[in-house]
Amino acid sequence: MDFNRERYNRQVLLKDFGEQAQLKLLNSSVLVIGAGGLGVPVLQYLTGMGVGKIGVMDHDTISENNLHRQVLYATDEIGSSKARVAVERLKRLNPDVEFLCFNEQLTVNNALLIISLFDVIVDCTDNFQTRYLINDACVILNKPFVYGAIHQYEGQVSVFNYQGGATYRCLFPAAPENGVVADCNANGVLGVLPGIIGCYQANEVVKVIAGIGEVLTNKLLTIDTLNNKQSVFKFQPKQENQNITQLRSDDYKTLCSSTLMSITPLELAQKLALNEALQLIDVREQYELVYCEIESAVHIPLREIRMRVGELDPMNPVVLICHHGIRSRIACEELLSKGFTTVYNLEGGIDRWAREVDNSLQLY
Amino acid sequence: MSYTVLLFGVTKDIIGSSVYCPNDEFYTVGHLREHLYQSFPLLQKLNSLMIAVNMNYAEDHIMLSSTDEIALIPPVSGG
Repeated sequence: MDFNRERYNRQVLLKDFGEQAQLKLLNSSVLVIGAGGLGVPVLQYLTGMGVGKIGVMDHDTISENNLHRQVLYATDEIGSSKARVAVERLKRLNPDVEFLCFNEQLTVNNALLIISLFDVIVDCTDNFQTRYLINDACVILNKPFVYGAIHQYEGQVSVFNYQGGATYRCLFPAAPENGVVADCNANGVLGVLPGIIGCYQANEVVKVIAGIGEVLTNKLLTIDTLNNKQSVFKFQPKQENQNITQLRSDDYKTLCSSTLMSITPLELAQKLALNEALQLIDVREQYELVYCEIESAVHIPLREIRMRVGELDPMNPVVLICHHGIRSRIACEELLSKGFTTVYNLEGGIDRWAREVDNSLQLY
Repeated sequence: MSYTVLLFGVTKDIIGSSVYCPNDEFYTVGHLREHLYQSFPLLQKLNSLMIAVNMNYAEDHIMLSSTDEIALIPPVSGG
């Protein structure tokens, strides 16, 4: 296989890397789950270094409070899909790379199919449920995955399920109870930390693919950026964690098909302005529509939603709207139980929409 | 006898410092774990709490000595 020698010259020059390792990278495929703080540097470096096929997976949109650490994104892209913007940007960095864009959440339903398409998986997520789901799916499919996680000023890196090595469950058998370990959204994070940890993850990916150096298998690297202290802890694989055959753990039961997401009126307005394909459903009663309604919404009162669910497309995102966001939440649960993949509840309902987006509407 | 336990991640927040020095004597990792769970019940809600002794993951039956370097490593979720 021929490749662009100029582009990769400086790493091909490296002793112990060379053309052979470069060819391995160009022939490999990597799925990066999460295109946020950790995912951004992982994606940038894997793209730059010439991984042949990269999957970018994130269902989230860019928020202003992401930008201090997710430095791939621009201020005028707030509200846009992270996966889509990342792929656009990365294509310009390296047109050799083939990108697959997954603008969706990893769930029990899609995990095995999507993960099976790639050689190496990178866990750049921000929640325990997805981390355990990634672990179990990778064990079932026998795929190595490179783990990174951050907490305040500290980070952890490891490589799980690599050549029969230990899994995430060998280190942490079960997920903490909800709320005990806060995420970056609640706890704060210094902009540079995910950059550092993500670079370590990208480095491990390259070592796994190219077969160079010592991979962090059966080892956990911890980095404390406040005192520059790094430690490497060793641990052993446990047979019982390598015998997973099905995705059915309680650790990710709410990812069974999909999860209920909230959307603020401003976020919804941004999505509509970008012409995102959304099904807006107003679940209020007929008499309430006299006061105000959102133009593009279809009216299905809450009590009819179960019967009329066939009028909606379960594969496309649905936004449910009511007066204050309470009835619409019940409708969301109903649609989720029917297998809809992406369901948003409009926070504060049409009342908040009228206050924040469309002042011409009549409040009631 | 006194031990020095280095704290990582959320265990720093739960215990309220970056190092914990209990004065009691613990024969095994399991005894230390019990002491920690009783003194700081929130630690139990982590469901997983790795105790490392001299940079190695230590099962509960491992014997402890006061010269051991002990660390508490909890799961971390941020990304």
